[in-house]
Amino acid sequence: MVEREGIVEATSLDPRFPDRVLKQPGGEALRVCFQCGLCTASCPISVIDSRYSVRRTIKRALLGMKDQVLNDRFIWLCSLCFLCQERCPQDVRPPEVMTVLKNFAVETGILPSGVEKLIEVFKATGRLYPIDDFTADEREELELPKVQGGEIAVRRLLEE
Amino acid sequence: MKYALFLGCTVPARALDYELSARKVLTALGVEAVDLDFGCCGFPVEAVDEEKALALAANNLSLAESSGLDVLTLCNACTEMLSRTQLVLEDEKRLNSVNKVLKDRLGREYSRSVKVRHLARFLYEEYGVENLKKQVTRPLTGFKIAVHYGCHYMRPSRVYGEFDDPEFPKSLDLLVEATGAKSIDHPNKMSCCGGGILNIDESMAVEMTKTKLGSLTGRDVDALLLICPFCGVMYSRYQRLIVKEGKEIPVIYYPQLFGLALGLNPEELGFQRNMADVSGLLGKVVK
Repeated sequence: MVEREGIVEATSLDPRFPDRVLKQPGGEALRVCFQCGLCTASCPISVIDSRYSVRRTIKRALLGMKDQVLNDRFIWLCSLCFLCQERCPQDVRPPEVMTVLKNFAVETGILPSGVEKLIEVFKATGRLYPIDDFTADEREELELPKVQGGEIAVRRLLEE
Repeated sequence: MKYALFLGCTVPARALDYELSARKVLTALGVEAVDLDFGCCGFPVEAVDEEKALALAANNLSLAESSGLDVLTLCNACTEMLSRTQLVLEDEKRLNSVNKVLKDRLGREYSRSVKVRHLARFLYEEYGVENLKKQVTRPLTGFKIAVHYGCHYMRPSRVYGEFDDPEFPKSLDLLVEATGAKSIDHPNKMSCCGGGILNIDESMAVEMTKTKLGSLTGRDVDALLLICPFCGVMYSRYQRLIVKEGKEIPVIYYPQLFGLALGLNPEELGFQRNMADVSGLLGKVVK
């Protein structure tokens, strides 16, 4: 069942929002979406929880429902399986649209805690999974080479 | 043949069996794997800041360029990020803006002169299935393998071209069958592992992992075979939470299987690191 949501007031819409999305690389294709829903029908997340719908997120973005879209947990739940992208008859590329929306959400200060933690580890160590002493010993036992120093470049590129 | 081996973050920390077997198999096939100062591919940062993700990817590409080597990858997500960056940076404006960042911060530049290939795609397209068959000294007759491609191996097709079908691929099945093993059909063969949302919603991610594992339990399958370390995190580390009754299915990587067919011993291929019991699987190897 789709949960009922509050009624949308026209005054709460941001008429400039669709244009902002359309101007971003990856967001351009949004305007040709004709809402067929093949994306939602292909989505493995929608199978698990039908409240999440790619089609609806795209429609909301086009209507200028900025706050609802940027606060929607669903934009972070896209697993990037790219099935919707392969199947979209209008070549909308929804995963790229989701990336644009996530980047906008971050700009407005919305960042899920899991992502925030990941970025902290990243900035500190330059790696998604730092090589701890235990892993370093295991690597040595297996005679695998020391993991070399790409972390410095990563940290430098991540600086503000 | 000589390639720069791109490990990414997950392989060297979480999939040592994959790395070990890949190195052993490459050596056995006469492919030299060179380690460079590669960093993160950029994929995990994309959700937060796409520009930064592109810069991370382009830095790795430029490193390979300066050593004059093409890139060989083991992780599907790294492969997709690096390949998509190449596609995005075909646009002059975007290339210039990324290169400005690389120049200012690291004194480097990406000049679009490098090729990126996943190990499995390299074996399939460049080394060739027929040539692989010729290397087999110990055919794995009687092995029943469930293959898992992982979404980013052949999708998005706009990034990869159509070296394989984006929805009904066959390259990995053919690679498995080159060893003499049988690639078995299974429901949910193409389902997503859920790894992409692990840091957002663990229980939903595990629900996705369950989709495949659930349909494999109780079947006559010797192993679930992967070519991505993040799928490995999901299917291997989370299996214990999911499969409460019955035997765990061994999760292995393609070079481990091919290594067996080459006559390498299981220890050299990292089978001792498997979280499930692999004695049934290894018992099938003809001594």
